[in-house]
Amino acid sequence: MTTPATTPLAHAEHVMGTVFSFAVRDPGPAVEAALGAAVARLHAIDALFSPFRPESELSRVARGALALADADPELAEVLERCREVAEQTDGWFTACPGGRLDPSGWVKGWAVQQACELLCQAGSTEHCVNGGGDIQSVGGPWRIGVADPARPGALATVLVGRDLVVATSGTTERGAHILDPHAGTPATGLRSLTLVSTGRGRIARTDAWATAAFAMGPELGLAWAERQPELEAFALLPDPSSPPRCTSGFLRHAA
Amino acid sequence: MRRAIVTTTATAAGVVLLLSLKPHGGASAAGQTPVISSGSDSTTSAGSAASTSTPAPGASKTAAKTTTKAASTGSYTGTAVDTRYGPVQVRISVSGGKLSKIDVLQYPNGMQKDIEINGYALPVLNQEALAAQSAKIDMVSGATYTSTGYTQSLQSALDQAGLK
Repeated sequence: MTTPATTPLAHAEHVMGTVFSFAVRDPGPAVEAALGAAVARLHAIDALFSPFRPESELSRVARGALALADADPELAEVLERCREVAEQTDGWFTACPGGRLDPSGWVKGWAVQQACELLCQAGSTEHCVNGGGDIQSVGGPWRIGVADPARPGALATVLVGRDLVVATSGTTERGAHILDPHAGTPATGLRSLTLVSTGRGRIARTDAWATAAFAMGPELGLAWAERQPELEAFALLPDPSSPPRCTSGFLRHAA
Repeated sequence: MRRAIVTTTATAAGVVLLLSLKPHGGASAAGQTPVISSGSDSTTSAGSAASTSTPAPGASKTAAKTTTKAASTGSYTGTAVDTRYGPVQVRISVSGGKLSKIDVLQYPNGMQKDIEINGYALPVLNQEALAAQSAKIDMVSGATYTSTGYTQSLQSALDQAGLK
């Protein structure tokens, strides 16, 4: 860790069925107030978009109890973003995995992005927000480890950079859970897939893309990532003895 | 695959220990000779660590030292963790606030084949665990964890370090 002028502010918030971790290297009264606002915003997003809460606007629209036109306008906006990602990924992303309306693949990264925006608006230029493993950093350099699902506690690689954006999709303690939208069955071609980019306000799209690229599997997923400008990918294959694979420019982000 | 399974259990145990760096009285484990050892302890080279059938002589020399203060220097023995593949127990040595050595005191060895595989996999693994500790990372990216999974994650350990 680079030596900051003051002690970094750390916060971990249990929300959206996971944990959002914050690290702020330039804390101050305004930034700390923004952190509080960001946490409140995360809970508000969860209340609106949780597929696990029967009374969320999303759940009510999904079961037909509420018309999309009568729901919070943010829901229609989120579904529009999901449609865009589906187009960008040749249909490998969907807001209806398994046939049920669930835009979670967009919402979590989008929530991270909004938390960063709130911190930026309060004047922070040095922070990092991690939404359950999907990270947007601002400033830096930041050092971000990529976990290996086959070896709890071990890192598969370490990335370093400014404004680093890192999103990982993969098998978790819940096992294979990302559906191949074309086959309708769980995607099993990869152990995990990490997408890396730089720039502010990028984690929402990068996170959704990681879900899509994971569903594509190693060959299609890496080839797709290779075609995207300023995007790199790092793939762990299901067999832990197989070496990791990555796109041609990935190593420029490696520590 | 078997190697991977063993690898997972061993690392999991290591992490369980790393996440709860609580000093333990060395009564039960201080006298134990590690079956595998890694790190910079002069009595146990990485080379000798690869041989599981020959416990490294003298490796327990530093093990008796315990402390009740913060983890600046000393040895800490983790509780044996029952994994589905068998019990795993590790001991770490901390020097100047840094993790300097990991000894594996117990690992699954129910099958002959496992012994061979463990002998190969665990030392490699220990080095990787050390690397993770010294990587000085700010955050961890990985497949989305549940609230429960988070408590065992490296990210959780990092957050706790930052929240102090």
